[in-house]
Amino acid sequence: MSAATETTMREPVPAGDDDKGAMRALASALTGNLRQSGIFLAFAAIVLIFSLAHDQFLSPSNLTNIVLQYSYILILAIGMLIVIVAGHIDLSVGSVVALTGAVAATLVIREGQPWWVGVLAALAVGFLVGAWHGFWVARVGIPAFIVTLAGLLIFRGLTFLTLSSISLSPFGGTYYQIANGFQNGLFGGYGVDVFTLVVFGAAVAVYAWTAWRSRRARQRYQQQVEAFWWFVAKIVVVAAVVMWFAYQLASSRGLPNVLVLLGVLIVIYTLVTQRSVFGRHVYAIGGNLNAAQLSGVKVKKVNFWIFVNMGVLSSVAGIVFSSRMNGAQPSAGNSFELDAIAACFVGGAAVTGGVGRVTGAMIGGLIMAVMSNGMQLLGVETAWQQVVKGMVLLLAVAFDVFNKRRAEAAR
Amino acid sequence: MTDNILEMRSITKTFPGVKALQDVSLTVRRGEIHAICGENGAGKSTLMKVLSGVYPHGTYDGEIHFDGAEVQFGSINDSEARGIVIIHQELALVPFLSAAENIFLGNERRGAGGLIDWNRTNAEAAELMARVGLNEKPVTPVSQLGVGKQQLIEIAKALSKEVKLLILDEPTAALNDNDSEHLLELLRQLKAQGITSIMISHKLNEIAEIADRTTIIRDGRTIETLDMSQPEATQDRMIRSMVGRDLEHRYPERTPNVGEELLRVEGWTVHHPTQPGRVVVDNASFTVNAGEVVGIAGLMGAGRTELAMSLFGRSYGRNITGQVFKHGQEIQVHTVSDAIDHGIAYATEDRKRYGLNLIEDIRKNITAASLGKVSRRGWVNSNEEMKVAEEYRGNLNIKAPTVMALAGKLSGGNQQKVVLSKWIFTDADVLILDEPTRGIDVGAKYEIYTIINRMVAAGKAVVVISSELPELLGICDRVYTLAFGRITGVLPVADATQERLMELMTMEKETAR
Ligand SMILES: Nc1ncnc2c1ncn2[C@@H]1O[C@H](COP(=O)(O)OP(=O)(O)OP(=O)(O)O)[C@@H](O)[C@H]1O
Ligand SMILES: [Mg+2]
Repeated sequence: MSAATETTMREPVPAGDDDKGAMRALASALTGNLRQSGIFLAFAAIVLIFSLAHDQFLSPSNLTNIVLQYSYILILAIGMLIVIVAGHIDLSVGSVVALTGAVAATLVIREGQPWWVGVLAALAVGFLVGAWHGFWVARVGIPAFIVTLAGLLIFRGLTFLTLSSISLSPFGGTYYQIANGFQNGLFGGYGVDVFTLVVFGAAVAVYAWTAWRSRRARQRYQQQVEAFWWFVAKIVVVAAVVMWFAYQLASSRGLPNVLVLLGVLIVIYTLVTQRSVFGRHVYAIGGNLNAAQLSGVKVKKVNFWIFVNMGVLSSVAGIVFSSRMNGAQPSAGNSFELDAIAACFVGGAAVTGGVGRVTGAMIGGLIMAVMSNGMQLLGVETAWQQVVKGMVLLLAVAFDVFNKRRAEAAR
Repeated sequence: MTDNILEMRSITKTFPGVKALQDVSLTVRRGEIHAICGENGAGKSTLMKVLSGVYPHGTYDGEIHFDGAEVQFGSINDSEARGIVIIHQELALVPFLSAAENIFLGNERRGAGGLIDWNRTNAEAAELMARVGLNEKPVTPVSQLGVGKQQLIEIAKALSKEVKLLILDEPTAALNDNDSEHLLELLRQLKAQGITSIMISHKLNEIAEIADRTTIIRDGRTIETLDMSQPEATQDRMIRSMVGRDLEHRYPERTPNVGEELLRVEGWTVHHPTQPGRVVVDNASFTVNAGEVVGIAGLMGAGRTELAMSLFGRSYGRNITGQVFKHGQEIQVHTVSDAIDHGIAYATEDRKRYGLNLIEDIRKNITAASLGKVSRRGWVNSNEEMKVAEEYRGNLNIKAPTVMALAGKLSGGNQQKVVLSKWIFTDADVLILDEPTRGIDVGAKYEIYTIINRMVAAGKAVVVISSELPELLGICDRVYTLAFGRITGVLPVADATQERLMELMTMEKETAR
């Protein structure tokens, strides 16, 4: 929901009331940041294609399903984006998802502890794992690729040890509700959950209000703002899409808990990456390490916390995943790291670091999610699903490279 | 009838939001040395990139005629095939490959079975290197050669391609006087061998010395082409055409108002980071007073940058010993952020590697070293930041459509101004500027000197490291000389002459101190 705001923050569109100004506003909004708008268009196109190919694709229950099924990848992608922007990589997140889930399951299922003990223990383990990676990367100076490749093995092994190589289930109770529960019924409704609509309505209102405030602030600082009609049109479109989605959820089972969690995380991390000093430092390190160092950025410290953050987000994903599976398996989360990494790159992050956005990674993740889900509905074999997803990753990055070349030689 | 090797006719080149070249024409005669000069961002590099196919045919308007025929280059390979070789503003050598390997990179000398014939490679490389006056071994890795010699390797590489037209974009910007002299001499020799050269430079005396004709570009348009043998082709005339007005003095007036001691360094010794036992800065002591511009003169390799960077939060070297006092109190400066906190700033000589995040915009580069000043409790106020950046863009006259333009897309000189803005914005008490006017045009130099004056007038101190002695003499109050890592002397500017400084800068180890 904040993607649109950022686009305007980044690309000042010349104001103008005449037709030419309006056209220019439109053209520059579309082409000015082609990668950003390109990915939204690609996402829209993919959704459109699947909705035409299968009538159940946009059904309330399937949309709910997509959210539940891929939320943990999106959570991982948030942390991974920061890691990638800083010029690192984390290959261990799948194993960390498994380990944190296993720790929670051991405490809650085997030891009979309350659900929150499991949650806190998982978070603590995630923190420690992150600190471990951070220590080796930031303090000792070993490339993250090696450190986390070792982590992938180490933490997978520890998962097997924790679980004695067997699965534990079921969680049941509150822990189960984390990923499978819904917020609904508070305000009643006839087949449509009013509560869900109210929450989304409030979110849209907040979005419109912040967009308005930032527009006013820019005007106060005498910066260019886009034409008023364009500003309004954009908010109306965003609101319409969001409310349509809300209506679909509301006609199914209401507002999934994980969607609330994911929404909160996206908002927080968008702010952290775009507005905080820490976020700036991450981009500075990824863009030019030497220059960052000579500008007084505490590179070691920032790198350390980047990995701690990744560890904690991995544990959040671990909690969500184990809750959704209603148990812990030794092989849980296998190759999640690849999905999370793919989401970032499809979403426009640069392999060399310094470039990428949380919103981009989220759309990138959603493209992968929608593709998987759509192909499953259409009964495409898993083998072909893999091939198609691989091609999507390749083409998305190729598009990026092509675009950059074109911009270089632009006339 | 004069024989023109090159005619570029009404070239227009537009980048999104910038008209870099507008209806530019350039005529180069066969066998001449043709200089191009103009302010930063005037479009000099862009024009040469159009010529050499970096920007392929179709991405610009206009015609290029070379050697009697119209040419439409699709890539840099096409232009090289016709004998046009460009040496870019930033050198493009592979540091860990040998001189010979670099010379024949992409153009390898092959023997039986398509494998590289090393004997031939090295023998031919040695020949080419002798032609440019290098007597290093062809197997030496280029990272072990100084910038001056690397520049010569680039030229040797060009010669290996049977060059007819050699383009040099600011070849002497990073060279000291000796190396520059050598390079100019080489260009004269090449001219005698029938090779035409185009040289971009901001150093007017060097243009006056070597060029047959000079084309001046301003704001993406050709202003005039001067025949350097004519009496009206003076440096003042060139400056007037470049900046569009008269520039009465090269250095702004200033009445020195030197105050109390601000920074004192005692017994500063720095060892080489990777070669143990090698002393790079040897027991250096100096003082800097409030309101004073202090110069540091020294030949390349004398340890000027190393001295500055080691002081700046120990960002260079190891086993650093010595004391730093500010306002008479000893301070501990172990990291860059310590240095910034203590009001010490250092603007690097190598803006691309150490100064800028090229993939971020101007705004974020300017605030990178003092984000705290535009943020509250860890959150950046982007509007405030924007205001600050716009202010600096105006004050330092940075040529860019907005402060949202990426630093990597700016012309070299404007990038330098962004680096300076970054450090001025930290509001440091002691500002160390390492080659602050490298690659900067005369007008912008004047602006930078004015900024330096403004800072010292506000009671701050500025330390200027420069290879250009006239510049040090023009703007400093005192000049320290550095040779082989030792401070060999200090002269108040009134007593200093270029000769006297040179003498101190070349003082041998035994006689030093
Ligand atoms: N790839 C690019 N994208 C956008 N603008 C560009 C690009 N390359 C150059 N420019 C702009 O074109 C103008 C001319 O740049 P150019 O590099 O040719 O200047 P220059 O005369 O070589 O300056 P300098 O003396 O500083 O090297 C500048 O305003 C610059 O910002
Ligand atoms: Mg240039």
